[in-house]
Amino acid sequence: MSLVIVDTGCANISSVYCAFQRLGVDAKVSRDLGVIKKASRLLVPGVGAARQAMANLRERDLITTLQQAEQPLLGICLGMQLLTDRSEEGDVDCLGLIPGQVKRMQVDDLRLPHMGWNTLQVEQSAQNHPLLKGIGEKDYVYFVHSFAVAPSDTTLARCNYGSDFAAVIGKGNKLGAQFHPERSGAVGARLLQNFLAFSG
Amino acid sequence: MLARRIIPCLDVRDGKVVKGVQFRNHEIIGDIVPLAKAYAEQGADELVFYDITASSDGRVVDKSWVRRIAEVIDIPFCVAGGIKSVADAGLILEMGADKISVNSPALARPELISELEHSFGQQCVVIGIDSFFDKETGQYQVYQFTGDESRTQKTRWQTLDWLKRVQELGAGEIVLNCMNQDGVRQGYDLTQLQLMRNACKVPLIASGGAGAMQHFADVFEQADVDGALAASVFHKGIIPIPELKTFLLERKLEIRP
Repeated sequence: MSLVIVDTGCANISSVYCAFQRLGVDAKVSRDLGVIKKASRLLVPGVGAARQAMANLRERDLITTLQQAEQPLLGICLGMQLLTDRSEEGDVDCLGLIPGQVKRMQVDDLRLPHMGWNTLQVEQSAQNHPLLKGIGEKDYVYFVHSFAVAPSDTTLARCNYGSDFAAVIGKGNKLGAQFHPERSGAVGARLLQNFLAFSG
Repeated sequence: MLARRIIPCLDVRDGKVVKGVQFRNHEIIGDIVPLAKAYAEQGADELVFYDITASSDGRVVDKSWVRRIAEVIDIPFCVAGGIKSVADAGLILEMGADKISVNSPALARPELISELEHSFGQQCVVIGIDSFFDKETGQYQVYQFTGDESRTQKTRWQTLDWLKRVQELGAGEIVLNCMNQDGVRQGYDLTQLQLMRNACKVPLIASGGAGAMQHFADVFEQADVDGALAASVFHKGIIPIPELKTFLLERKLEIRP
């Protein structure tokens, strides 16, 4: 099993790396196309803004490689948003691996960013999804974001802040979490563990 | 529902956790990594590390402890102290911190806030404000260099004006340290926090004054803050975090169990 954390030039790479280390997995952090292609699993981290992140991917010549990746791939936070078709944040085309549009959250008079621990609600259709094994209703996970993807048929779990949004998405073996599993205590560790065991 | 956050604050000097009364007379509480780990295991929602000497004596501070914390804890943490540039912040975020908090350097050069926001995103940028209530003038005044008593000084800013300004510049969260209350455990400054809450459109964290579990309930219920930060009551074991959370859940507050 070789897990590669794609070096997107974003800042939370070492916290993701440490989270896998706590699970006993020594991930490689790489932007090398050969290394990425040979990995058995890919992780796309990300904090910051979508436009800058896509620019980083383009500059590193990673876009086609990620779009053609056959191995299981998990995007985290901004990394998840990059898997969708398009982001309103900087009005930029994303990787198009999972259908969806990233839009600024509609929260009425609530505060943005949506920052802190919030509960997951697993979709009926995803009750047996391997990524969510052992993760139940009302489990708290840690979010930090102002943009989100609306719930759709690719949603595996949702969360509510002002309105419902997709907290976990998936299409085939391309998966994404809007929250930060590397910072979500035991629940987050469980999701990462599930990703390591994911064979779909 | 978004949970209210309980945030132990660890003041750091030379890699040790210290605590003083009203920002003075610091005593060593313990080693940083085991304390951080213990808090995460007890149910802290987030941790803040203030390198309290960094801003005030101008030296380059060894931040390697940030990496050691990132290795062991699985909850978010924020690092404050001595961050004067995008490069300083980048280094700390690369070592695994989730957020950086800036106080005195933002007062010296407010555009730093915008630079940080553009480089790392609003969600990383926390602004710490040390606010002192001047009983004679009846005004809330921003202070800087509060880590070192001999250099602590009043700024030209009143707290409400600075709180609005930092939001315009790109702050993603504000920690309001109410200096009159700090370390004396008589409760959070509800009057001041209510006032600032009305003007604060980003998450607001209350700091200074926690002495009893009721104080946490009060500050969430009456000042509607997103998080409550405390140090001595946690470090000295006066309030165990699991008991505090049970107490707040019984009060029907939204808390991560």
